[in-house]
Amino acid sequence: MEPFKEHKGLVYPLNRSNIDTDQIIPKQFLKRIERQGFGQFLFYNWRFDDDGNPREDFSLNDPKYDGASILVSGENFGCGSSREHAPWAIQDYGFKVVIASSFADIFYSNCSKNGILPIQLSEQEISNIVSNAESTNYYLTVDLENQVVSDSEGFKATFELVNYLREMLLKGWDEIAVTLSHSDKITSFEEQSHS
Amino acid sequence: MENPKTIIDKIWDKHLVHQEDNKPDLIYIDLQLVHEVTSPQAFEGLRMKGRKVRRPDRTFATMDHNVPTIARHIINDPVSKIQMETLEKNCKEFSVPLADINHPDQGIVHVIGPELGLTQPGKTIVCGDSHTSTHGAFGALAFGIGTSEVEHVLATQTLWQAPPKSMKVKVNGRLSPAVTAKDLILAIIAKFGVRFGTGYVLEYTGEAIRNLSMEERMTICNMSIEAGARAGLISPDETTFNYLKGRRHVPKNEEFDAAVQSWKALATDEGASYDAQVEIDADEVEPQVTWGTNPAMCIPVSGLIPNPNSAKTDASKEEIERALDYMGLEADQPIASVHIDHVFIGSCTNSRISDLRKAAKIIEGKKVHPKVHAMVVPGSQTVKIKAEEEGLDKIFLEAGFEWREAGCSMCLAMNDDIVPPGERCASTSNRNFEGRQGNGARTHLVGPEMAAAAAIEGHFVDVRNLLATSV
Repeated sequence: MEPFKEHKGLVYPLNRSNIDTDQIIPKQFLKRIERQGFGQFLFYNWRFDDDGNPREDFSLNDPKYDGASILVSGENFGCGSSREHAPWAIQDYGFKVVIASSFADIFYSNCSKNGILPIQLSEQEISNIVSNAESTNYYLTVDLENQVVSDSEGFKATFELVNYLREMLLKGWDEIAVTLSHSDKITSFEEQSHS
Repeated sequence: MENPKTIIDKIWDKHLVHQEDNKPDLIYIDLQLVHEVTSPQAFEGLRMKGRKVRRPDRTFATMDHNVPTIARHIINDPVSKIQMETLEKNCKEFSVPLADINHPDQGIVHVIGPELGLTQPGKTIVCGDSHTSTHGAFGALAFGIGTSEVEHVLATQTLWQAPPKSMKVKVNGRLSPAVTAKDLILAIIAKFGVRFGTGYVLEYTGEAIRNLSMEERMTICNMSIEAGARAGLISPDETTFNYLKGRRHVPKNEEFDAAVQSWKALATDEGASYDAQVEIDADEVEPQVTWGTNPAMCIPVSGLIPNPNSAKTDASKEEIERALDYMGLEADQPIASVHIDHVFIGSCTNSRISDLRKAAKIIEGKKVHPKVHAMVVPGSQTVKIKAEEEGLDKIFLEAGFEWREAGCSMCLAMNDDIVPPGERCASTSNRNFEGRQGNGARTHLVGPEMAAAAAIEGHFVDVRNLLATSV
């Protein structure tokens, strides 16, 4: 996993609540056996019509958001299915950070395992960011070391992240390698519980 | 009792492998269930690093999401075929037991785990599937994980997890006749919302829960994730032990008796405290139908579809408007007046033998409405054979239902069982998200009896009226 320290990027606002992982990546695209290449299917049914042409009324198709790397949304983002294809699609499309007023548990964990930084901000902060990003080309800088999101106009918000995930993202850990360094403890647990 | 504990804490404490400051706990995973969709990248990850599956004996795989439910050997989609072949290849390479498409044990992973007795009280169980919460019905701590975590468990048989917060979901009183576990869990989600469980493990308690059969309890726990909770469970009792006795992977004879003693000790202690609590009265619950695009958008069958103008906030007004637009429904319309095109009886929520018996009882001697396409997809090949022994297949077929082979099928339409755009389905599954059953498909979640009743009438009806007139 690539380490994540700081990122400055264009914001794409998708101001809806309860966006489920079926919307992030519909099931017909879950059949591939690779981890790569899912970005083309991100929000597929919202982005494309039945003939596969881009829908003009879906904001991600607006050229002003080309190159966006910070996705901002409402509460309970990523609810529903545990499919890790959802963060893979978000990442492959080019997003490095997802900001929402709340996240579904499995999606949140899946993001952090892939080097995508999930940031929870208040509804008021989200609403400020959304209105800026809808009206101008709006950039945010995310500083993971200091846990701060800011813009060049003086907006500044701090966010919480448990220390373990913060370290994992900052260092780009191979989590399995970390765990395997505790193999002796796993073995002795198995011996004690006769399993 | 000194220091009373919840079942959640008891299971957690028994699975602690390692603790250190500023880290989640490292907990041991007793069982990992695997299916074809969320595992290929995990096995590939192992291969790339030269890692092995630590405990193939604690891992069990099947094929369910992609499998055809008709003409088993004709897999039209070459990408589906590759995904299924990949699972077969991976299981062989890493020595993981597999119930493949030809195996008599094949079925939906959350149906066969309990059926085979792999699911047991006190176990920690994971699967790359959010409906893993189903296994909590046995008093197991069972939750869905992503593919990176699937790989982690394959390699280490552990996960780093922060201790969960606990929430007591108390269901007082008794369910009325013909009101099912599905109606109860839909009513709970409608009342408290799609994210009240986020960050919690739910423990369902109370008289109504105690009176549920094992299969009904699975329906309840299955949909915990639709309330945002990764896991939901029920303390084990005689109902649990009776279900488990004699199943293939359950201890036998004296060992079974010893196991029951240890399982009994798992139940939450009197006076244990929870981080949160909600309550609902079972006797208030009516048969439910969802009208919108998330499971909390749900009303009693006697109800009217909500009006966005009555919404409390602009955001919720917009959400209702979007849902009505997608679903092709009018505000204030009685839900019972909504006509349907398809009926799907199946999924990890409602495809077990008791679900099929309940549906069959409604349709026996009747005919599916001429404008409705209806199908039954048993949760496992074992359920299918059992139903055929009881003659349920004939009841369904004579009424005009299709009778299929086991799989996830139209719950998520990854195989060829798809609801066409704009068409409407009464479905016993768990998610009514946009496009879930097919691009543009409109899903209404109901219990098996309500689905059967809708199949006959062509629109939603209160199954209690139908039962009253059919006696």
